[in-house]
Amino acid sequence: MSTDRYSIFSVLREALRGHTGWKPAWREPEPKAEYDIVIVGGGGHGLATAHYLARVHGITNVAVVEKGWIGGGNVGRNTTIVRSNYLLPGNTPFYEHSMKLWEELEQDLNYNAMVSQRGVVNLFHSDGQRDAYARRGNAMRLHGVDAELLDVPELKRILPMLDFDNARFPIKGALRQRRGGTVRHDAVAWGYARAADGRGVDIIQNCEVTGFRIEAGRILGVETTRGFIGAKKVGLACAGNSSRVAAMAGLRLPIESHALQAFVSEGIKPFIDTVCTFGAGHFYISQSDKGGLVFGGDIDGYNSYAQRGNLPTIEDVAEGGMALMPAIGRVKLLRHWGGIMDMSMDGSPIIDRTPVAGLYLNAGWCYGGFKATPASGWCFAHLLATDAPHEVAAAYRLDRFATGRLIDEKGVGAQPNLH
Amino acid sequence: MSQPNRLASGGLIDRTRPLAFTFDGRTYSGHPGDTLASALLANGVTLVGRSFKYHRPRGVLTAGSEEPNALVELRTGARREPNVKATVAELYAGLEASSQNRFPSLAFDLLAVNQLASPVFVAGFYYKTFMWPAKLWEKLYEPLIRRAAGLGRAAEAADPDPYEKTTAHCDVLVIGGGPAGLAAALAAGRTGARVILADEDFALGGRLIAERRELGGQSAARWADEAEAELANLPEVTVLRRTSVLGAYDGGVYGAVERVSDHLREPAPHQPRQRFWRIVAKRAVLAAGALERPIAFGGNDTPGVMFAGAVRAYLNRYGVAPGRRAVVYANNDDAARTVADLNAAGCELVAVVDARGDSPALHAAARTAGALLVFGGAVARAYGGQSVKGCEIVDARGGSFNVACDLVAVSGGWNPTIHLTTHLGGRPQWRDDLAAFAPGGTPPGMTVVGAAAGAFGLGEALAAGAQAGAEAANDCGFSGGTFDPPRADDDSGETRGLGPWRVPAKRGKAFVDFQNDVTVKDVELAAREGFRSVEHLKRYTTLGMATDQGKTANVLGLALMAEITGRSIPATGLTLTRPPFTPVALGALGGAHRAKEFKPTRLPPSHFWAEEQGAVFVETGLWMRAAYFPRAGETDWLETTIREVETVRTKVGVYDASTLGKIDVQGADAGAFLDHVYINTFSTMPIGKARYGLMLREDGIAMDDGTVARLGETHYYVTTSTAHAASVMRHLEYCRQWLFPHLDVHLSSITDQWAKYAIAGPRSRDVVAALADDGFDVSDAGLPYLGVKELTVCGGTRARLFRLSFSGEMAFELAVPARYGDALIRAIMAAGEPFGICPYGAEALSVMRIEKGHAAAAELNGQTTAADLGLGGMMSKKKDCIGKVLSQREGLADPARPRLVGFKPVDRSQRLRGGAHFVPRGAAVTAANDEGYMTSVAYSPSNGCWVGLGFLARGQERIGEIVRAVDPVRDGDVEVEVVAPVFVDPEGVRVRG
Amino acid sequence: MRIPCPYCGVRGLDEFAYLGDATLIRPDPAAPGAEAAFHDYVYLRDNPAGLHRELWQHASGCQSWLVVTRDTRTHAIGRVEVARDVAAARGSGAE
Repeated sequence: MSTDRYSIFSVLREALRGHTGWKPAWREPEPKAEYDIVIVGGGGHGLATAHYLARVHGITNVAVVEKGWIGGGNVGRNTTIVRSNYLLPGNTPFYEHSMKLWEELEQDLNYNAMVSQRGVVNLFHSDGQRDAYARRGNAMRLHGVDAELLDVPELKRILPMLDFDNARFPIKGALRQRRGGTVRHDAVAWGYARAADGRGVDIIQNCEVTGFRIEAGRILGVETTRGFIGAKKVGLACAGNSSRVAAMAGLRLPIESHALQAFVSEGIKPFIDTVCTFGAGHFYISQSDKGGLVFGGDIDGYNSYAQRGNLPTIEDVAEGGMALMPAIGRVKLLRHWGGIMDMSMDGSPIIDRTPVAGLYLNAGWCYGGFKATPASGWCFAHLLATDAPHEVAAAYRLDRFATGRLIDEKGVGAQPNLH
Repeated sequence: MSQPNRLASGGLIDRTRPLAFTFDGRTYSGHPGDTLASALLANGVTLVGRSFKYHRPRGVLTAGSEEPNALVELRTGARREPNVKATVAELYAGLEASSQNRFPSLAFDLLAVNQLASPVFVAGFYYKTFMWPAKLWEKLYEPLIRRAAGLGRAAEAADPDPYEKTTAHCDVLVIGGGPAGLAAALAAGRTGARVILADEDFALGGRLIAERRELGGQSAARWADEAEAELANLPEVTVLRRTSVLGAYDGGVYGAVERVSDHLREPAPHQPRQRFWRIVAKRAVLAAGALERPIAFGGNDTPGVMFAGAVRAYLNRYGVAPGRRAVVYANNDDAARTVADLNAAGCELVAVVDARGDSPALHAAARTAGALLVFGGAVARAYGGQSVKGCEIVDARGGSFNVACDLVAVSGGWNPTIHLTTHLGGRPQWRDDLAAFAPGGTPPGMTVVGAAAGAFGLGEALAAGAQAGAEAANDCGFSGGTFDPPRADDDSGETRGLGPWRVPAKRGKAFVDFQNDVTVKDVELAAREGFRSVEHLKRYTTLGMATDQGKTANVLGLALMAEITGRSIPATGLTLTRPPFTPVALGALGGAHRAKEFKPTRLPPSHFWAEEQGAVFVETGLWMRAAYFPRAGETDWLETTIREVETVRTKVGVYDASTLGKIDVQGADAGAFLDHVYINTFSTMPIGKARYGLMLREDGIAMDDGTVARLGETHYYVTTSTAHAASVMRHLEYCRQWLFPHLDVHLSSITDQWAKYAIAGPRSRDVVAALADDGFDVSDAGLPYLGVKELTVCGGTRARLFRLSFSGEMAFELAVPARYGDALIRAIMAAGEPFGICPYGAEALSVMRIEKGHAAAAELNGQTTAADLGLGGMMSKKKDCIGKVLSQREGLADPARPRLVGFKPVDRSQRLRGGAHFVPRGAAVTAANDEGYMTSVAYSPSNGCWVGLGFLARGQERIGEIVRAVDPVRDGDVEVEVVAPVFVDPEGVRVRG
Repeated sequence: MRIPCPYCGVRGLDEFAYLGDATLIRPDPAAPGAEAAFHDYVYLRDNPAGLHRELWQHASGCQSWLVVTRDTRTHAIGRVEVARDVAAARGSGAE
């Protein structure tokens, strides 16, 4: 008898028989000739979409096609932060919806993705930044999202290792969202995959989409390295490569691909208990449950598909870290890597229909994609199932660039490398 | 003090000098030339650390930077460094090391209880448990897991040691100072090429100093010494010992870290602890050698189980016997060397187990050593707990027996050290003839030689190194100078590790990744659960994710997964390694950019004068600006600011406006150019006039504002906001060079070239008149509002005078070349004294601009349009400009957008707050009722109350209405009256004087 | 990454500022359909995986804007041209 429900009891039972009874977390099916819905991209967003299609909308004749191994893209190479501390009305409800889905994720999936609501603290260093963060915190509160403004004494209690006394840019306080935190990123992909598979979704790995079959403006299916797969609807969830995939359907997107580097140190004993972003440098940090400091900074700033970056950004990030918390001078960087971001032209994502009937787009996540995973899947599933945008994702339209109803949190305009 | 395992002779240590050091509080002795690991082994200390998950006792596995087990905390206090590999920590007098990840002590670690629960703690068990009840995760489960996890402890105070960064350019970078690297460096160096040779070790030679070999008739170690001496004498060659090349980056850039002072108790004065090198190399020769790999058998992590190559290094380089009764277990002919070296050192050879069939080389060595020889057998299990006491040997027929021993020397073959070849996407290739991965693609300009290329013979390494070094130099235009490598005592030894990868488990855990406690069973479980790709295996089991990044584990793990799933190794995949090659201190990557030196500091011309006045400064971007100038008796910033504002409004004040960006625009088409970039028109502005200007981004959003003055027919002078000075300059150059290349116009940033003071207030003209040299008319007729003129001041100093006002008072901006800036502020203050002048700072400036409703950074936030700012009428209808077309999109032209208006508290005693949101009176405080936000607030002395600017939906139509300014994050809720965004002199009479 | 500036020689990445696609040409604001043309110009990108002609400025050097041809998959730098020369040869820009 094999074990498929996860719990401490099943683990103990399996421990007694050498863990020989565990089933594969997901099947490895051959693609069927046709599906109701084919999702292109076996990352977090694609797998979450499949899960919610099955669980919420009862649509299970679904395939997720992935060119490599599931979870091998950005869901497996990010800094694991989740938060809903957004400013603009187009964003806040969406990310809050995501936060609520994170909060119930483990029960929903029967998979412990280690959602850790340890708080997210954004430091500010000037009166102007304080007002800007107050504006954001107030926007969050008006949306029913938790937010608080911390003064320096409170901050010193939470983050005693910060350089308060000798800093080039003195710390004046912070915006905190207590419900923000971190999630074990790989587990998100695996948990969604296992749950979707359990409801009948086919997860087809090593299956690269090479083209779309479109007739009279309507999608008929996808050409893949494993043959043609028919589909009534096709959803693209392949951020990082959205432009390349959409180009096969004749679409040109408001997106550039850029490399974002991430960093992890050697494991150390608990050092920092929250997520912290440095408002005067390009640096943010948290600590994984395994002990590594996980941190990052800005994107490298030039179009790239190379999944790696260069020294100027690496040094910039380290300088930010040393300026913020000089006690990490002797902690060692273990590994750094790059992921490819879909940088949209206003810094916000797209969940929408495309001009091709039956072809739907989920793209442009910039570096906010990980925290968005559950809501992205939820809203994309809603769109695919009902043909109408979900209310919390209603602003993520492709035509907003034409209408001027942009969602530009940072206010830097159509220059993706500044978002 | 005795060093029981120190051999009587041999090794590259200085036996004349004892070095005392402590480990876990006990004092031991070693010698210069020792590592902490060799010194501990010399002292008979074999238990050095605890593993990550099961807290198993661990010793020393390797003699290099690939060490997974022997990690310690080095030094104490603010210099405490976690996770130091004892195998590369150079011994110095007074070194203090502590074991880590144990409680309460290394020998008695309570968390070793985890081993009892290890049937539960298999790979991925976290994902299956701790889900109920959900709220206990953050409160209970996670803190427990976090406390048990981690390794060493970071320091709790700022790192006291300095670091620095440097850039070097060379023709040939040679990475690795073993035989191949030395040959490459000599061959390249003798041509006169600029060569950098970097080796992570403190002694050059690589395996030459770890083995008993001969080169050209002398000992290999001696030859390495001579090679190093010659390199030191070649003027264009730089030898960097203690320097790890960490990563390959685009364009021939390599990152490296030099451990300048880690072999000292603390850095010498003016020396950094470490130096980060950016090495720009035209060519690179990778001669990084190879790393030995383990065989998975039960208890293969017991202290005393050591790589065979490491055993030889401890014997030959350090003069240390890691054990006295040894079992050698190998699947390649390296075993013969190990046997011979142990025998030569006087160690007892209990048994030699060769996983292969008969090997003549091994036969001879074992016979000489008198060892029991087992062909086709295996070590099934090592036992002994905290140090190995014996092992169980299985022979070819399946019979098994135990032998007592205190050392098991293991060799599972060698993996070429190819990490740097993969950093730019090169994909390693599996080679059956090597039973290992060899370099596939390499970074442009890199050649791989020696063991790193899979050429394990000493002779072939020397020859390939010499050839690669010469070719690399030739590629850079250097020739002549030859280097013929010496003859090596090469044997044709079989160094392939032909398996087995594992020994069928009997008892005891068989480790694949030692540090992360990943066992063969974990790999099997991952395969069973579908985590069969290498990426899934790695992430699910954490194999290869420890501080050694899988240097000893990855290939074994991959081979096991291949075996379990019935695939070939190349079909199973490969793991690309990421930089850095070895972990690097964040301090080194940060260099000197920390504390006050994190970013440069820009000081305006009046800074030192302002310091003399006791000004309080505020960071504004990179600038330090005077925020306010407190006087004796004033108790807070607001009191001072109010006094400064009132002085300006009633008398005269001076402000250093030098931080504004200043751009000189010249050329026949200068006016036409400015018409393209500003929404308003400057080509028709008369000479000697200035005007406010607003520029948009191409997407129709306001970018920056400032003033434009026309100094001549073809000469304009533009100012930008302080914050946007650099980005506006870049934008204007982009427009000039790329969008409008046919225009005859040139731009120069002159921000740093001119000092500029705003002299504002009803008596400002008196002050200016006192400064202006005779003959320059500064009367209203001579220089009316918005007039500009060039003149001399203070007896011949060239100056520019602008009749511009930000404060709303009659005001002048007086600019002089920056070198006169300090003199001019003193002259202004002297000239103004009779009129009651005071200096004012950024706070007072902010109050006055809010009182006048001028937009600043908070309003020009990248989300607002000209119309939002109330400046829509400025946009010329007669011409195009950047951003005009897209500013007409419906979403931006929507009249319901929030518009800039002013606010006053209904109860005039209440304070306003920036960042508050506006909701209608009587409406719920929810997002649905959110009508905008407050951008800037100030206490207005003129109004006797707080005033604010902000964006309110259709605000321009709602003057006189009362709304709520809610500020939940500060518990604020104030009723405010919507007013026009100007609080002082709405008719603008005063500026005209 | 290192870029050969035609004026200053080969310099490190940290001296340069990036803008993006250099194949985009500012539309004629007076032409019919200008708003749609500007939308495409400002927002839509080919975003190729491969050779990409792109604008960089030697911001910490001579201030020149450059048209760099670079492979977005490997970061290999190909041709580097002075942007003003490219633009002048193209004969574009508002009159």
